[in-house]
Amino acid sequence: MADPFATAARRPALAAHASGAARASLTPAGPATRLSLRAKPEAVPALSAALGLDLPTQPKRAARQGERHALWLGPDEWLVIDESEAPLLQALDGAGVLHSAVDISHRNAAILVSGAGAAAVLNSGCPLNLSPAVFPIGACARTVLSKAEIVLYRTGETDFRVECWRSFAPYVLAVLAEAAAEV
Amino acid sequence: MLLIHCPYCGEDRSELEFRAAGDAHIARPANIAAISDEEFADYFFLRDNPKGLIYERWRHIHGCGRFFNAVRDTVSDKFVMTYKAGEPKPDLSPAPGVAPALPADSRPVETYEATEGRAE
Repeated sequence: MADPFATAARRPALAAHASGAARASLTPAGPATRLSLRAKPEAVPALSAALGLDLPTQPKRAARQGERHALWLGPDEWLVIDESEAPLLQALDGAGVLHSAVDISHRNAAILVSGAGAAAVLNSGCPLNLSPAVFPIGACARTVLSKAEIVLYRTGETDFRVECWRSFAPYVLAVLAEAAAEV
Repeated sequence: MLLIHCPYCGEDRSELEFRAAGDAHIARPANIAAISDEEFADYFFLRDNPKGLIYERWRHIHGCGRFFNAVRDTVSDKFVMTYKAGEPKPDLSPAPGVAPALPADSRPVETYEATEGRAE
């Protein structure tokens, strides 16, 4: 009988969960303050001034000012992220226009996917077209990754930020790690 | 993978991001307390099941979150068009004796009746 160990390679059970695979690396993002912001079009100028950036009004666009990002999620909905943990709710205190702002800093977790194979890793579970012509740097979209809903944000040519709900984070990380081990 | 055009995102997105939400253009009676049980059942429960074009509400739930309306062919599952919620119902019914106005890239679906004749 042939020796099965002659051809089989040992693959530890948790190997896929190790980060830093050859062509794509997965890094849990640091803490950030986040805001779910909803408002009618007439409130956008005042909210933009209060936040210090221009809220995007075109689909899939994001605006950036330093460590602060505003991601278009829908015609009246934005995800505002501040990586320097600056208080966002207080920034809107004096806006003086009708809007809804909910602090979701701790609802979301983020995973940074970067490397030459980043788009391939994401496309293993995400149906979006991630070619640079359609999804350029600064593009963002709420979409799905396998069975979880994510917000995908392209921060660089080969850098993506994946925002998901924190209870989904272990699943999302495992899905990405499995793909990263194979690209 | 079936692609659906979201009129709010302005591009074709995967069907995985969408949920169907029933028939579109169902008018709610002006005074719902005054209508009879039969009229209420007709408004609330009974829906057409057409073979051909159907007007439906869809929601881009894993995208922009918006409801919109879609015209779908129940035979081929092809989305003929989508339009924003609140816009008037487009009239796609063909004039008598004229073939339905389907997009140029759509081909007729091969059905059993067309290839084998009707089973008697």
